[in-house]
Amino acid sequence: MLTLTVPELGLFALLVALGLSLLQATVPLVGAATRRPLWMAFAEPMAWGQFAFLLLAYASLTASFLLDDFSVAYVAKNSNSMLPWYYKFTAVWGSHEGSILLWSLILSGWGFAVSLFSRNLPRDMLARVLGVLGVVSAGFLLFIVATSNPFKRLLPSIPADGADLNPLLQDVGLIIHPPMLYMGYVGFSVVFAFAIAALIEGRLDAAWTRWVRPWTNIAWAFLTVGIALGSWWAYYELGWGGWWFWDPVENSSLLPWLTGTALIHSLAVTEKRGTFKSWTVLLAIITFSLSLLGAFLVRSGVLTSVHSFANDPSRGLFILALLGITVGVSLLIFALRAPRMSASVGFGWLSRDALLLINNILLVTMTVTVLLGTLYPLILDALGLGKISIGAPYFNSLFVPLTVLLCAFMGLGPVARWKQMPGRELFRRLLGAGVAALAIAVTVPFLYGGEWNAAVALGLVIALWVVLALGRDLFGKVHNASSPLAGLRKLSLSYWGMVIGHLGLAVTIVGVTMVSNYAIERNVRLALEERIDLGGYVFTLTELGERRGPNFLADTATIEVTRDGNAVTTLRPEKRLYIARGQPMTDVALYPGLLQDIYVAMGEELNDGSWAMRIQVKPFIRWLWLGALLMASGGVLAVADRRYRRRRSAVTESATFSNEVKA
Amino acid sequence: MRRRVLLLLPFLIFLVLGFFLYRGLALDPSARESALLAEKFPSFTLSTLEDPDARIDESLLRGQVSLVNVWASWCPTCKEEMPQLLELSERGVQMVGIDYKDTREHGRQFLEEFGKPFEVNIFDPDGDLGFELGVYGVPETFLVDANGIIRYKHIGYITPDDVEEVMQEVEKWR
Repeated sequence: MLTLTVPELGLFALLVALGLSLLQATVPLVGAATRRPLWMAFAEPMAWGQFAFLLLAYASLTASFLLDDFSVAYVAKNSNSMLPWYYKFTAVWGSHEGSILLWSLILSGWGFAVSLFSRNLPRDMLARVLGVLGVVSAGFLLFIVATSNPFKRLLPSIPADGADLNPLLQDVGLIIHPPMLYMGYVGFSVVFAFAIAALIEGRLDAAWTRWVRPWTNIAWAFLTVGIALGSWWAYYELGWGGWWFWDPVENSSLLPWLTGTALIHSLAVTEKRGTFKSWTVLLAIITFSLSLLGAFLVRSGVLTSVHSFANDPSRGLFILALLGITVGVSLLIFALRAPRMSASVGFGWLSRDALLLINNILLVTMTVTVLLGTLYPLILDALGLGKISIGAPYFNSLFVPLTVLLCAFMGLGPVARWKQMPGRELFRRLLGAGVAALAIAVTVPFLYGGEWNAAVALGLVIALWVVLALGRDLFGKVHNASSPLAGLRKLSLSYWGMVIGHLGLAVTIVGVTMVSNYAIERNVRLALEERIDLGGYVFTLTELGERRGPNFLADTATIEVTRDGNAVTTLRPEKRLYIARGQPMTDVALYPGLLQDIYVAMGEELNDGSWAMRIQVKPFIRWLWLGALLMASGGVLAVADRRYRRRRSAVTESATFSNEVKA
Repeated sequence: MRRRVLLLLPFLIFLVLGFFLYRGLALDPSARESALLAEKFPSFTLSTLEDPDARIDESLLRGQVSLVNVWASWCPTCKEEMPQLLELSERGVQMVGIDYKDTREHGRQFLEEFGKPFEVNIFDPDGDLGFELGVYGVPETFLVDANGIIRYKHIGYITPDDVEEVMQEVEKWR
């Protein structure tokens, strides 16, 4: 009896949450404008209530999945009684309706977190921030209720079993990839809310940047991990060993990441020097807008992508309207209000300020490059100028040189001083790092690949330049202290965050460079007991078999890998056929390693009983994702800096003081 | 005043972008080529269906736009597709067949019975070339330009309604 009404309970909770979000979107904002404390105080309970009811709605949908309630259309489309329970749990976000519900849940979760951690914010600021979050949330909840109800029933003809979750999504990487990515995307809406609140209030001071910086870093760290997980998943699940395809959906996750990175750096300038204020606010708005654009591109079907959700033009129109209203209105507010906050403090052309400005210009150029490449086919098509597609060659030919430039300046940034840095001193400090980077990078291709490779040398020189310049800076800071340990202890956590973040980028660049130039890939035909030599390894097919999984049948192969006669590993790739969908899938066998991966994917059976296989040796591929994890931990580490806690309590004092004055 | 205009710029850019996104909703993205296309036709060395001793390779596809059709005698839909392939061939398209996972005997019999649109048939008994091409099901048709680059791919059989579209693609790359 209880199970009968679970979906209705979910829908009811969803509608309540919508009501609460509408209140949250209006009452606190009006209250802040008209200075009514009671109205402003509305914000927090509404945010909590919204979070609680969305949690209930989400739990109801999950329950329908776990209970195999195929009368719910969304469950019938994305689950199957044979699906293992943990995939039933994750199938909730396996398709459009559920994933947008997860999106909204996470959004309300961020609102709840703002309420928990920003108790010390001035009352009107908090009301405005939560109010703006309420507006965004109301938009998404209206979207769900109007076009994407996940609780819709299939009555009276209930299917006997479900169509099963897309086999590509039945995987560990996919369990965590979307939630991480959404945490990032949605996290930027908090930053956006702070930006709009600052515009409305006309207040953008150092205190404001200290409130915003932790939220930016956390959202950015989640997005970094989310993108890395997506790349990792594509690598081992799609079966052909690529890790980045410049696919429109990948691009749309990279766009807010690039502007988010720019934002982190411009916030540093705004906090320390009080400059770049309008620019910082604009970046916050743009980063959030690009997150919304990503949602639009994925869910509206305007671009083709391997990620395509089941598309529906009415959904596209709704998200476009949502995008139009939130982004349009916020850019208008920006145009009208931004001048009030202008402040100008001069700085020399060689200074940390100037270098961070260059960093921002480069990152924005990269964003525009990717955005144009992604939308260009659409724009041309809309103008009736023909149908074309833009592939990796375009992106690589622009993105790679821009990254090289970015890294060149990245080495200088941490060493340079604010306001003014004598060129001669900068040169003296970094000469050693530059020469060492060049020398090592030039020799490594000889040692590793046996022959000179300009691309490898270039990739390594920029990575080493970044690392060695950081090392020089660290040395300088420790060297001047009374003892090395005391010097290290004096460094702030946000400094360490910067060091680790930059180090992460260097590690990723090493990975990209090595795997792009030294990967070995071959399609081979393997018969039983046949041996293949590849990249110094010998692959022997020792066994072919079949097995039955919970919801699939698989052809299996056993491949012994040896090197110089010593056993390295045994790989067991599979070719699976998922029963409910009749969909074939390749299950890749991997032997991962810090210095290289061995990768075997089964193709198909050939007439004489042998199998087509794709064998790859991928050097340093793990470094790609390891670097991303380092970047993300750098972002998180900076948040733990004492400065954000200590100064916040100072803000509280002044805030209480001003409240007392008002009272 | 100039600063005001400057600050309004993001909004104006967004309006233009919004216009294109709106137009995009009404367009069909699948008509645009996927980014995975524009790759070289994989290299191969195989015999022809007609002559077991012949050796042909990818240079066969150079110099002229050709339609490469993957077929097999065991594939019922390939029979349905034959009239359309014959029509394309009559309209002057160079057609190349790949007889996929088939025996010579059955393959030849099939062509005798249903027609011979192909100038040459690559004999791929083990499906190696099909694997390289990423063929999942037969039939599949690839348009290869004069430089041996794959420009268009038609999955599944070419229906009578598809002929015009395929013809247009051929014209486009000539």
